[in-house]
Amino acid sequence: MKLHRAEEIWLIIGVAIIILSMVLTGYQAFAQGMAPPSGMETIDPQKVSETAPFDNPGVFEVGENKYEVVMTLQAFSFTPNEIEVPAGSEVEFIMTSRDVVHGFQVAGTNINAMVTPGHVQRITQTFDEPGEYLVLCNEYCGAGHQMMATTIIVK
Amino acid sequence: MELAEKRPFNEKLQHALGVNPKDAKLSLTYFTVSFIALLIGGFLGLFQGLNRAGLMELPTWFDYYQTLTTHGILLVLVFTTTFTVGYFYASLSHTLGGLLPKVRKMGWTAFGAMVLGVVLVATTVVMGNASVMYTFYPPMQASPIFYIGLVFLVVGIWIAAFGAFINVAHWRKNHKGQHIPLLAFFATGVFVMLVFGSLGVTVEVLMLIPWSLGWTETINVMLSRTLFWSFGHTLVNIWYLTAISAWYVAVPKLIGGKLFSDSLTRLVVILLVILNIPGGFHHQIVDPGITEGWKFIHVFMSLSIGFPSLMTAFAMFAMFERTGRRKGGKGLLGWFKKLPWGDVRFLAPFIAMVAFIPAGAGGIAQTNNQLNQVVHNSLWVVGHFHLTLGVTVALTFFGVAYWLIPHLSKRVLTPQMNKLGIIQTIIWTIGMLFMSGAMHFVGLLGSPRRTSYTTYGDNATALSWDPYLILLAVGGTFLIIGVVLMVYIVFNLMFFAPKGNTEFPIGEPEADAYPTPKWTERWGLTIVLLILIVAMGYVVPIMDIINVPGSPPFITW
Repeated sequence: MKLHRAEEIWLIIGVAIIILSMVLTGYQAFAQGMAPPSGMETIDPQKVSETAPFDNPGVFEVGENKYEVVMTLQAFSFTPNEIEVPAGSEVEFIMTSRDVVHGFQVAGTNINAMVTPGHVQRITQTFDEPGEYLVLCNEYCGAGHQMMATTIIVK
Repeated sequence: MELAEKRPFNEKLQHALGVNPKDAKLSLTYFTVSFIALLIGGFLGLFQGLNRAGLMELPTWFDYYQTLTTHGILLVLVFTTTFTVGYFYASLSHTLGGLLPKVRKMGWTAFGAMVLGVVLVATTVVMGNASVMYTFYPPMQASPIFYIGLVFLVVGIWIAAFGAFINVAHWRKNHKGQHIPLLAFFATGVFVMLVFGSLGVTVEVLMLIPWSLGWTETINVMLSRTLFWSFGHTLVNIWYLTAISAWYVAVPKLIGGKLFSDSLTRLVVILLVILNIPGGFHHQIVDPGITEGWKFIHVFMSLSIGFPSLMTAFAMFAMFERTGRRKGGKGLLGWFKKLPWGDVRFLAPFIAMVAFIPAGAGGIAQTNNQLNQVVHNSLWVVGHFHLTLGVTVALTFFGVAYWLIPHLSKRVLTPQMNKLGIIQTIIWTIGMLFMSGAMHFVGLLGSPRRTSYTTYGDNATALSWDPYLILLAVGGTFLIIGVVLMVYIVFNLMFFAPKGNTEFPIGEPEADAYPTPKWTERWGLTIVLLILIVAMGYVVPIMDIINVPGSPPFITW
């Protein structure tokens, strides 16, 4: 099997792009802590209301400018559904589903995570810009999927 | 022994007489279903587009999610599968000297199983018992009949695949020491992928059936998703491999050129077959239950599929340049003008190839973990696969239809029909530019996929997406014109075009081509490597999710 010289160059450039993109992705994920949400904790989806911390969903201040949002997702709502945090705060969302698969997405940010029954999903975001952020479910979850939304107010 | 001696004579006879009418009938029947699925699925797509733009309300007896589920099943599963089987059975018949009677029978049995499966699936969706999308993620639970229908569909695919294997094995036995014809090589690759790719989803469906019948109480959600995507992504690449078989084999002949390189082409097939299945993980980059480390390893698995595509990109344009120069094209780009732009059999697959440049680049971008997080489950993804499947695959299939259908029906593509085909190709391209373009942009802004028209209570962010959604609907309107034209052309070529002989275009190697190495024929080795790659990709991640507490069923529509 013989490759043309130009094809060799082309494939070398191609492989270089693939390797470069691997390196960048790996650097961002492991050196800068930007890996995609990958919650490994499990939970019995039939006992969400009795299992801590989901027996008490809400917004909790856990440090200076640090918040935790313990949230359950269910057809077709988010609990808690009114979230307000001051500008500049770092918020960790700790989530699980009470029923089917849902998605947790905040438009205008990089928050995007699948929330599946049986797992606890976590994602952290610092909200620097004040404003009203649209939170929506981005995984089809039933007849009312298009109504499953709320807002985060950053003051 | 007698049979073996008779075959070469049969082959000569076949070439003299053209297509075997019994084989032609089988493939044409597959194409009939394929293009009816395109017609119905296309209209459902239009309705969704109009609804999504807020221009049309869908009735409660067939709501947005039923429309979307049916659109997905008809176009992603039915249109593509029936076309692929029809096309490769016609290819095997042509290149291997006719289908064996036993294989032809298997082709019909496969057809019966698939049609029965689709009817069962479609009926449950129409009756409102399975608004679960073609991904049917549990714990949403469809009617058991939906899952049983899927079993028939998969069994049909397997019968078709084993029929192909039998025919290829028979040919090899009678042609010791020869390479199987290139198009039959592609067919073998595609059917190997179909069999191995569908193993995961079969296991999933076999867990879903007892659960949907109430025999088991809970289902493992993450395991189901992972098994589904081991199939889902392979399926996408099966259509792609089918499309590039026409680029490598038929297109050179259609433009008066030669094969780029028989050996490199076979290497591309082997690489795609080996590397494909673990690509499914890139659909789960923001899922819980898979570690950051494994997600990173799987970036490599997904990107490695890009490598054979880079080889294809080079091969195509090198072949175009060679052909254009032989026809007298001078200078840096003179060869480009020499290509047969007025021939729809070339124009349609050419646009399909060009579309794969942005489509492939978008794919490479979105498989990188952090970038995926920006666009996951947004309309960007829908825009992406309407470029890959809707343009690269669909336009290639249309391009094949212009010569394969008249070849089988013993008719010809008239200049008028060719012209209509060019108009169809242009309308389709414009429609996809609008629709896919709008989807990409609005997806970046955060607009989700699989969501009926909503402003989320007049939320300002959601309202700002509306102009893009209007463009999406404009694109959908162009596309439905394209669908109707295409279906008209197909049935014209099947039943009404003037009688005549149309060639099955098979590219020939260059006079100075290097001989193809023997190891390309070692399918056993290819399959062992495929299994090794699947094991490397899946064993540990599956161990991580196999014991997750199960979910009871929910019907949320």
